[in-house]
Amino acid sequence: MSVTPENPAELSRRTVLRRAAAAGLLATPAAGLLSACVAGGDDEPTEQAAGEKSADNPLGVKEDAPLEVVIFNGGLGTKYATDVHIPSYKKKFPKAEVKFSQTEEVATVLQPRFTSNTPPDMVNNAGSKLMDQGALVQAGQVQDLTELFDAPSLHDPNTKVKDTLIPGTVEQGTFNGKPYVLNYAFTVFGLWYDAALFEKNGWTAPKTWAEFTALCDKIKAAGITPYSYAGANASYYQYLVILTSAAKIGGPDVLKNIDNLEDGAWQAEPVKQAAAAWAEIGAKYGNKAHLGLKHTEVQLQQNQGKVAFYPSGSWLENEQAKDTPPGFKYAVMPTPSVTAADKLPQTAIYAAAGEMYFVASKGKNPRGGMEYLRHMLSKDGARGFTELTKVLTVVKGAVDGMEISPGLTSGNQMLSAAGSDYFAYRFDTWYKKLDDECRAATNELMFNGGTADKFCERMQKAADAVKKDSSIEKFKR
Amino acid sequence: MRHGRYPFIIGFLAIPVAIYVTFVIGPYAQAFYLATTNWRGVSANPKFIGLENFERLLSDDIFWKAIRHHGLLLLAMPLLTIAIALFFAFMLNVGGGSRGGVMTGVWGSKFYRVVFFFPQILAVVIVGVIFSRVYAPDDSGLLNGALGLFGIDPVLFMANPNIALWSIIGVLVWQAVGFYVVLFSAGMASVPKDIYEAATIDGAGRAAMFFRVTLPLLWDTLQVAWVYLGIAAFDAFAIVQVLSVDQGGPDGATTVLGMEIYRNAFSYSQFGYASAMGVALFFLTITFAALTLRVSRRDTIEL
Repeated sequence: MSVTPENPAELSRRTVLRRAAAAGLLATPAAGLLSACVAGGDDEPTEQAAGEKSADNPLGVKEDAPLEVVIFNGGLGTKYATDVHIPSYKKKFPKAEVKFSQTEEVATVLQPRFTSNTPPDMVNNAGSKLMDQGALVQAGQVQDLTELFDAPSLHDPNTKVKDTLIPGTVEQGTFNGKPYVLNYAFTVFGLWYDAALFEKNGWTAPKTWAEFTALCDKIKAAGITPYSYAGANASYYQYLVILTSAAKIGGPDVLKNIDNLEDGAWQAEPVKQAAAAWAEIGAKYGNKAHLGLKHTEVQLQQNQGKVAFYPSGSWLENEQAKDTPPGFKYAVMPTPSVTAADKLPQTAIYAAAGEMYFVASKGKNPRGGMEYLRHMLSKDGARGFTELTKVLTVVKGAVDGMEISPGLTSGNQMLSAAGSDYFAYRFDTWYKKLDDECRAATNELMFNGGTADKFCERMQKAADAVKKDSSIEKFKR
Repeated sequence: MRHGRYPFIIGFLAIPVAIYVTFVIGPYAQAFYLATTNWRGVSANPKFIGLENFERLLSDDIFWKAIRHHGLLLLAMPLLTIAIALFFAFMLNVGGGSRGGVMTGVWGSKFYRVVFFFPQILAVVIVGVIFSRVYAPDDSGLLNGALGLFGIDPVLFMANPNIALWSIIGVLVWQAVGFYVVLFSAGMASVPKDIYEAATIDGAGRAAMFFRVTLPLLWDTLQVAWVYLGIAAFDAFAIVQVLSVDQGGPDGATTVLGMEIYRNAFSYSQFGYASAMGVALFFLTITFAALTLRVSRRDTIEL
């Protein structure tokens, strides 16, 4: 399962069907069959297309070289590629043939092609069956994007691509100091509620922990579950909130230490405090039955007015569009400050670029692949994407003057209030094992009577195990 | 006729053997090889690391947890399934008593026979989806809705680590019983009527008839059932994947080896390690089948 919560496409796809498809694999033979594709293939370099570099063609694309792009077909659809980005590329290189294909199972379709060294040029690595990006980088299959980010942008030849992006974008796709991946969609995270319901009851978004618990008491008295998340498949929304609180208590370095697998990072005091605070919320204001529910079920309950606060990212409104009753008005708030001595202000939030796009380094046309990304990062490319998907991109100011839905407006307000106080962690994509362990530990903490000490101890043990494991490549930020 | 016998045999065998070697033996052999590498599924040249993966298995808590779950499955699932299936089969075939010298089932047995078989024709995934509604943790669930009518708090079938595995076993048994009812029915049908007749004349009740006559004569069939169910107990992947909280959770409470293999291979991209688990599973299954056939060897009764 994917661990990029900022990826809306993946979420809307995480349906029964996915499990159905996955379950179709029989366990025992699968152990043998999964190896069926390892044979053959060697490390011989393929011939790669290259053209003259010029001011008009800064990446040196060969104008008639065919380009192959593969887009994940999920909640975002593929229209943004076929209707916006590919036409943009073809306008620039009319002689180039762009081969487009889509898939719902990226790993199933593309993994064999990478193994046999015949990969497509540009890949949207997303969905519940995405390829392990760290493993791809480790295997030298991913193109270094430094050249792209240093190239002039398409809409403004005087500005480098990297300077047109929201700060942190390049870093988000960096593995050991080199940018390999473009995270294109920009997502803000917080606690979502129904502004209409709150207004009707005279409730206001709490800023401190005392206000938060006091409001939860009121909500509980009104017969509504004050706070909930879906334990069955979406507990990472909850650990995101716990770690957000930890970062607010102790500063963003708390998360950096966790990402870098520093000794004792999970047992740091801020993590413990955050876990303890949230454990209390889970025990007092949660609903135990929701451990067995999926994210769509809990989100539906919120739409029905049965759940007040729900932790999620800004894709939520779009994801629930079909089920949201007319009177329901999505709004989002930052997590309340746990202590009065928090290092970051209450307005600080978790926000990150997500939805991975990368260029295959061993493909036939890596320069074309990078050029394709440059078209995605142009102002028109970004506007087209947001228009078709209702999801913001990492291109600064691309949607200025565009009409956005109430939830996104609220998210934007939260983002601008945060100023430069936003942060993110990477360990979940770097080390999927840690992600899984954190999901389980979070469910224990919130639903099954776990304690903050136990949570921290458990996570530290898992982090230490990953650190010791020589088969897993380590990343630093 | 001896002349040309070998070309004849070879002609028939060549294609099936080639297919079998390519698609069954080949991948198995490759899994053994991959188990000794650190292959992560993307590079073309996996690196040989000897038995390191197996060393890691020994200290992997979740692996041992999965093994323990298989142990429980291995005991509980065949016992429950066979007990229930035997009871049903007996009732369907012999339970109605003797009528005109012929043993008959209880009233409506033809209908029940069809109904019992229903779960067997459903795909495992569909069973999983159905039971996710049956076990739903709030009053929208079939069982919890019914319990709610009596004012009983919802039971967290899949979310409570203490009962989650038993809930899974319940589904597996529910699905398997139908097939074994049919299997045992066929076995019972082949028991000569005169033996039952003789037993009836000697005054045997239903219980005596079952334990003294039916069971010993069904021994062969039971043995087959036990091996089948045992091997099925080493699988259980599909149901766990579809039904359990957090895929094998909560907190690994329902995980099985298949689930861990899947997770390590496709989620952590540790194909080498996953293959090592596959190899372990391979030997477990083989050992079990060999042991069962050995232990349960017993002279069959010649009829």
